[in-house]
Amino acid sequence: MPLSPVITDVEQLKSHPAVACLTGWNAGAVEGVKFDREEMTIFVERGSIREACALLKEDAACPFNFLSDITCVDWYPAEPRFEVVYHLLSIPKKERVRLKVRLNSASPVIESLTSLWPGANYFEREVFDLFGIRFTGHPYLRRILMPEDWEGYPLRKDYPVEGYR
Amino acid sequence: MILNMGPQHPSTHGVLRVLLEIDGETVVRLMPDIGFLHTGIEKTCEAKFYQQVVPLTDRIDYLCPMTNNLCYVLAVEKLLGLEIPPKAQWLRVLLNEMTRINSHLVWLGTHAMDIGAMTVFLYCFREREEILKMFEMVSGQRMMTSYFRVGGIALEPPLGFFDRVRDFAGYFPEKVDEYENLLTGNPIWGMRTKGVARITAEDAIALGATGPTLRGSGVDIDLRRDMPYSSYEKFQFKVPVSQAGDVFARYMCRVQELRESIGIVRQALDGMPEGPIKADAPHVVLPDREKMKTQMESLIYHFKIITEGFAVPAGEVYQAVESPRGEMGYYIVSDGTAKPYRVHMRSACFANLQTLAKMCEGRLLADVVAAIGSIDIVLGEIDR
Repeated sequence: MPLSPVITDVEQLKSHPAVACLTGWNAGAVEGVKFDREEMTIFVERGSIREACALLKEDAACPFNFLSDITCVDWYPAEPRFEVVYHLLSIPKKERVRLKVRLNSASPVIESLTSLWPGANYFEREVFDLFGIRFTGHPYLRRILMPEDWEGYPLRKDYPVEGYR
Repeated sequence: MILNMGPQHPSTHGVLRVLLEIDGETVVRLMPDIGFLHTGIEKTCEAKFYQQVVPLTDRIDYLCPMTNNLCYVLAVEKLLGLEIPPKAQWLRVLLNEMTRINSHLVWLGTHAMDIGAMTVFLYCFREREEILKMFEMVSGQRMMTSYFRVGGIALEPPLGFFDRVRDFAGYFPEKVDEYENLLTGNPIWGMRTKGVARITAEDAIALGATGPTLRGSGVDIDLRRDMPYSSYEKFQFKVPVSQAGDVFARYMCRVQELRESIGIVRQALDGMPEGPIKADAPHVVLPDREKMKTQMESLIYHFKIITEGFAVPAGEVYQAVESPRGEMGYYIVSDGTAKPYRVHMRSACFANLQTLAKMCEGRLLADVVAAIGSIDIVLGEIDR
């Protein structure tokens, strides 16, 4: 089962319901797409993530009504440094899509999805706790896994594995 | 009044602290406080070779080690584009269902004990002990099995293993009847569970619940059937769904899953294919001991895999499996080197725990214990 080449051309991927939905709404909000290892990734512009998710959630053809996961990847020292990663699942259509938002290190701020899915609460708190990404509109953005008075964000790449001594 | 339940409370199944604002006997507000078992496993993974991460995955959820092993190796195999021989896939399915039974037995025993049915605990642990002995047979370890490898499984199961599993699969359904005789029709059990800690399907979906917590509210989704992995599409099984959304509904879901799982184990035994248990990928899979000692080529591969790991092509995957608690997902990012750039574990309990406030607010304090038991949390997995 050799790996098939990565597809990044929007036109070729229009058949995927999530790509069709988002490009049909606002092609400017879609910064890029990637189809790799049978998984669809859509890069969304930072300011549009909440609206994009709201749209996908209510999509008539394939409603991505379940938020599986939110996490983050730190590409230090490259810029934009952070990628916030959302995994959505469509329970009726059994389809998955991954949305990504790139954030630079100067302002790691993004809109919260808690108004769409209350379940985003813990996931966003975890990303805040371990990466220091701030989510605007989050009802209770406090550390969740680390102690309240911890300094630094442990999953950032410039944080040593053994911690600061 | 603010009441502190935990972090050392016997019915929180680990180190969970629940802050309760109560008015008399009624819970006004509930807030779980987690993180006591946080060990930074995701960070540790970034400093290990791909193969060295497998033992770490056991340790996040000590009740279903095989499920975590499976999810991780499936994700890495997807990154590598490896094809796994059928026998390894079927063995993985068999062991996964045994793990599900193991996990559900611990859940049933402790959940019943929380509510006051002491006997069930002893019954459940009797059968669980047998499963742990079988795990010890295949992997040499009772709980932290680390039995799966990227590209297959570690070793052939020893002689007598399949007979022992067949034996177990033969008598286990009667044991489930025993548990059900003790609980399902029991009026006290009914009063403590029926109509308690109810959650609607919409709320459960919105809060990210998965697994029996979601199916107990009438949402018919099971990743084994709907997005099959590791040959699950070749097995016949029903997905139990209950409509009521209360503690009893979730109890019924899990008890029926016990019966379905033992059915899958039996199918896996009957249809076990012959052939190799490791993929044909010498740069990833360690060679057989015999070959390593007699052939130069194998010795070189062995040396290279142990000392410098194996490089994984750059990319990212999200692999989800149906763990006993719900959707267990591994999101792995590779930058083309021999160590994962990022490993994220989507823990089912972490999301399921968010439903607790919805279930308990406005209800009696005593029901909090039943509700915590019914979502089947493992704090090791929540805190990672």
